[in-house]
Amino acid sequence: MSEYKGVAVYCEAKNDKILPIAAEGLGIGRKLAESLGQELAAVIIGDKALAQQAIAAGADKAYVIEDAQLKEYQPDAYISALEKAIKQIQPQIVILGQTDSGRELVTRLAYRLNTAATLDCVDLAIDTGTKRLLQTKPVYGGNAQAVIITETDPQIVTIRTKAFAALTPDASRKGEVVSIPAGLDSSIIKAKIVNRVVEEVAGIKLEDARVVVAGGRGIGSADGFKQLDEMAKLLKGAVGASRPACDNNWISDTAQVGLTGKIIAPEVYIAVAISGSSQHMSGCSGAKTIVAVNKDKEANIFRHARYGVVGDWKKVLPAFVQKLKEL
Amino acid sequence: MNIIVCVKQVIDPEAPPASFKIDAATNKAEMKGAAPVIDPYGEYAVEAALKLKEARGGKITILTLGVNLLREVVKKPLAMGADELILLEDEIFTSGDNGSIANALALAIKKKGEYDLILCGREASDTNAGQTGPAIAELLGIPCIILARKIEPIDDKIKVERVNSLGYDVIESPLPAVVTVSNEVGQPRYPTIKGIMAAKKIEPIIWKAGDIGYETGISNKTKLQKLFQPVHEAKCEFAAGETPEEMAVNLALKLREAKIV
Repeated sequence: MSEYKGVAVYCEAKNDKILPIAAEGLGIGRKLAESLGQELAAVIIGDKALAQQAIAAGADKAYVIEDAQLKEYQPDAYISALEKAIKQIQPQIVILGQTDSGRELVTRLAYRLNTAATLDCVDLAIDTGTKRLLQTKPVYGGNAQAVIITETDPQIVTIRTKAFAALTPDASRKGEVVSIPAGLDSSIIKAKIVNRVVEEVAGIKLEDARVVVAGGRGIGSADGFKQLDEMAKLLKGAVGASRPACDNNWISDTAQVGLTGKIIAPEVYIAVAISGSSQHMSGCSGAKTIVAVNKDKEANIFRHARYGVVGDWKKVLPAFVQKLKEL
Repeated sequence: MNIIVCVKQVIDPEAPPASFKIDAATNKAEMKGAAPVIDPYGEYAVEAALKLKEARGGKITILTLGVNLLREVVKKPLAMGADELILLEDEIFTSGDNGSIANALALAIKKKGEYDLILCGREASDTNAGQTGPAIAELLGIPCIILARKIEPIDDKIKVERVNSLGYDVIESPLPAVVTVSNEVGQPRYPTIKGIMAAKKIEPIIWKAGDIGYETGISNKTKLQKLFQPVHEAKCEFAAGETPEEMAVNLALKLREAKIV
C-alpha cells in the first residue's frame, strides 16, 4: 500500500466554476493532507481554466483531463477517465461530492480500482495510530452513524453537501497544472444519456435557499401549504415538506426533505407541524438553525431545534408573519 | 423479460426513533418491539418489476440475503405478484462487508443465469449506502443506471428516466443491465388476498455459501469500526407567552434580534 500517497479531490464544475461541494472537498482534503504530511491534488474533467480555481481553494496540484468526448456528461466515460487519472496519481485518499454524478460514479470507480467506497460522509479524520481514514456516515435513516475504515488503497469517499467547510479562496496561491490525456474509446459508453430534462421550479430552489419553511403531517391540507408558501416568499426562501405531506399530495414530491427526498443545509430551517422523524431529520440536520412550531412539546423536532414554539401553527404563523412585517 | 429483484429484510425504519437501540458489543442495531420488514426502498424495485411484467410479461425472481429471515416478511414480494424467491440464508454471508454481500448476490445471479434486468432499491434503509446495485453491475460487467423513476423496454434495450436534482435524464441501455429504483416510480402496491394465498404455496429456494461457490472474506475491504447514536442535546429556547399569538410575536423578536431572519 506504500505506493499510494496524498489526497485527491474530484472537482465537479458547472458553468466554468468548480462547484461549492468541490471547494468543500478541497477544504477537508487540505486538512487530511496536512495531517498526513502529504500533497493535495485536484482532479478536473474539462477546461484547464478551472485548475487555478482549485488551486486557490487549496490544491497543491491540479490534474486536468481534457477531451472532446467528455464535454457532455456520460457516466461510463467519466468513470473511465477518473480511473485513468487515479491510477496515474496514486493517491491514498480520493474525495468526491455526494452529487447526482458523484453517487453514480463512486462505487463503480472503486471497483475498477479494486478498492471500496464509503458514501455520504459527514466527518473525515486520520486515525492517529494507523493513519487510515476514519469515515463517518449516517446510517439507519439518520438514527445512527457508522465509522468505517477502508483497508485497501485508495480509500474513496463521497462527502455530504455543506458537511465540510471550504477555505477562503486565495487567488495568489500557486500550483502545478498537469494534463492527463483521456484516451477514451467511445465504445465504453454502454448506458447512454440521450436527453436531459430540466423541470422548472417556480421561485428559489430548495437546495439553494437560505431559508426553508417546511410543513409536515400537521399542516393537514394543500391550502395549509399555501400559507407556508406566503411565509417563505416573505423570507425570500423556499417551501419544503416531510414525507407524509408529500404522500398526501398536499405538495409536490420535489419538495420532500429527508432521506427519500432532498438533503439540504440552509441557514434557517423553519419546521412547521413536523414531528421530526429520523428519516426527515437526516434531510435537514445540516441546517445552521432549526426553528420548530409544534403542538406537541415532546415532539422529536424540539431535540434538534434551537428555537421553538409549542402551539397550534394555525394561530402561531399569522401572528409571526405579522410581527416580522412590522419589524 | 426475466427480472431479478434484490430485496432485503431490515429493522423497521418507520418505527419511532425512541425504539432504536445499538448493541455496542456487536455493533448491531435493533428496533425494540418492532418486527422486521421488507426494505421499503426494495419494495419500490419490486413495484417497478411488476409494472414491467404487466406491460411485457416475464418472470420475477426475488433474491434476498440475510439471516433469521421471517417467511411472512420475505414472502411479501411474492404476495405482491413476484414468481419465485431465492434466499441466500447463511451466516457466512452476513459476516462480510457491503462488497462481500454484493459478491454473494452476483454469484447467486450467475448461478441463476437467464436474466435481462436486475433491479435493486436506490439504497437500503439500514446502510443508506446505495452501493449494492452498482457493485453487482461491476461484478457482472454489465451497464448500470441508478435512481430510476420509469423503466421502459424497447426491443432489446431499455429506456430509463433517471431522477436528478434538476429533473431527470433519459438513458438508453442495452440488456442485461442493473437498475436501481427510486421512490418516484410510484407507491408499491398492497398484496391482494389472492396474492397472499399464492405466496403461501411458493416454497423459497435456499442457497448456502457452498451452493454459489462463495468464499469467506475474500471480498472484504472495509471494516465497521464503530456504530453510535449522535447525541442531540435539547437546547431549544422556547418562546414565552400566554397565548400562541404572544409566543409567535416573541419568536419573531428573538429571531430578528439574533439576525436569523
